[in-house]
Amino acid sequence: MYAQMVDAGPERVRPAGEMSPEEQHFQERIDAGIKIEPKDFMPEAYRKTLIRQISQHAHSEIVGQLPEGNWITRAPTLKRKAILLAKVQDEAGHGLYLYSAVETLGVTREQTIEDLLSGKAKYSSIFNYPTLTWADIGAIGWLVDGSAIINQIPICRCSYGPYARAMVRICKEETFHTRQGFDIMLALCRGTPEQKAMAQDALNRWWWPSLMMHGPADSDSKHSAQSMRWKVKLFSNDELRQKFVDQTVPQAEYLGLKIPDPELKWNPERGHYDFGRIDWDEFYNVIQGNGPCNRERLRARIEAHEQGAWVREAAAAYARKHAQKKAAA
Amino acid sequence: MAAPLVEYLLRLGDNCLILSQRLSEWCGHGPVLEEDIALTNIALDLLGHARFWLSYAGEVEGAGRDEDKLAFLRDAGEFRNVLLVEQPNGDYAMTTARQFYFDTWHFHLLSALQQSTDSRIAAIAQKALKEVTYHLERSTDWIMRLGDGTEESHRRMQHAVDDLWMYTGELFEMDDIDAEMLRRGVGADLEALRPKWTEHLQKTFAKATLEVPPGKWMQRGGKRGVHTEKLGYLLAEMQFLQRAYPGAQW
Ligand SMILES: [Fe+2]
Ligand SMILES: [Fe+2]
Repeated sequence: MYAQMVDAGPERVRPAGEMSPEEQHFQERIDAGIKIEPKDFMPEAYRKTLIRQISQHAHSEIVGQLPEGNWITRAPTLKRKAILLAKVQDEAGHGLYLYSAVETLGVTREQTIEDLLSGKAKYSSIFNYPTLTWADIGAIGWLVDGSAIINQIPICRCSYGPYARAMVRICKEETFHTRQGFDIMLALCRGTPEQKAMAQDALNRWWWPSLMMHGPADSDSKHSAQSMRWKVKLFSNDELRQKFVDQTVPQAEYLGLKIPDPELKWNPERGHYDFGRIDWDEFYNVIQGNGPCNRERLRARIEAHEQGAWVREAAAAYARKHAQKKAAA
Repeated sequence: MAAPLVEYLLRLGDNCLILSQRLSEWCGHGPVLEEDIALTNIALDLLGHARFWLSYAGEVEGAGRDEDKLAFLRDAGEFRNVLLVEQPNGDYAMTTARQFYFDTWHFHLLSALQQSTDSRIAAIAQKALKEVTYHLERSTDWIMRLGDGTEESHRRMQHAVDDLWMYTGELFEMDDIDAEMLRRGVGADLEALRPKWTEHLQKTFAKATLEVPPGKWMQRGGKRGVHTEKLGYLLAEMQFLQRAYPGAQW
């Protein structure tokens, strides 16, 4: 997803004439589809762009635990509870692989997390919306994990080896996440009128934020050309968003739900759905910290970190003592 | 009162269900990512065990109650879990103490239940024991880390084991149901688990530089449905959807 990339690295593509021989060789490798590995040469800007993108992605996985975690203790059946627990646990695992991928670029997990807690690093805007009903858990799986897959499948082919490999693992699990979300929606839509209304209400609230997840319009994301050249980004935001809409509209129809966009219409000439204008004002406000839950999400992470400090210190102290004892023995 | 076997299975299932519910409250809030994942994992294991026990309880009862009806539509007085597992998470030391007391007992209980004359119980115990072996290793490890970590962690850990001590007696209490199940070869001799539990605890606490709490007076009641104030809130949260939308399919 999750790497929404409002600020996606260098603004202009470096022309070949400005590149050092090393940089030219680097670009040739990328063009030839050879993966860049941690010990290989890489331009500083490439490294920085990747650190920012992968850490944003990692933070999104971790913060993303919160809105769904909100319903684990209230899941309506034991089976749903087990599925949701496993799903949210997967997201924590994704965070773990991605923090490791950032470490291969020379930044420790502690530092990366510090940047999240200080508010310096961003995470996907979508997790700043509240989960008000059980149907929101369905909508998140269906729409948010659905968007994540669309965004992430191309990243399995990105130029940086550790990121690409982490993404292969992650995408397998995201497929299961989307399916469980859709399945929750299906049960609600086949249920009582109240349940169906709950499902529709969730779609109404999550639809637009899901479209925003794919990042700013191409006309406003001047940073992505260099990222494309480096194969850190493979499709533009608008392409990915269109793909999401085209894929999701028939699913909503199957569920018997109405997408909350009066302008949504199949365009036979384009072979795609046309859709209404995204409220970019809302988008930028949520990114800048003014979403309904930004403060509480960050506070939850800070509290977990601060309240866990003595536990981490104890584990480290214990490990030190025992290493000494072993060395002495 | 229901048939002894149903009661017995409810006790087994409710212990797992309620502790799983408590552990799942940690999801997204653990002290470090690996622990967040580990706690969720244990919550998932216990939830799996709860589903086996409760489904079986429902079948034996024969009144049309499945795992969900039993989990979501009983009030606190009908829950049969020990008081220990419903105690709130508190800090990480409290969660660790609760888990260690329970895991040590759970491990020996399941080991005994593998010999049950009821083949279904024996099979569930055998499957669950694989997971619980890991739970016990992990909580034993954390008792040592926190007990013998820093000054602060030691203080917190000692406080936690002291605080929960009075809920451990109930684990070994043999009432009529337990006696009947033991007599039929279905259940375990809980009194016989006590020395094994105590031995592991003493060994672990010694390594962890913790004092075994001296208290002799124990709280009891969970197995008969007389709980602490904490359970009502836990159930209100857990059962909310099933109560608010009776009969709906999810
Ligand atoms: Fe994920
Ligand atoms: Fe996911």
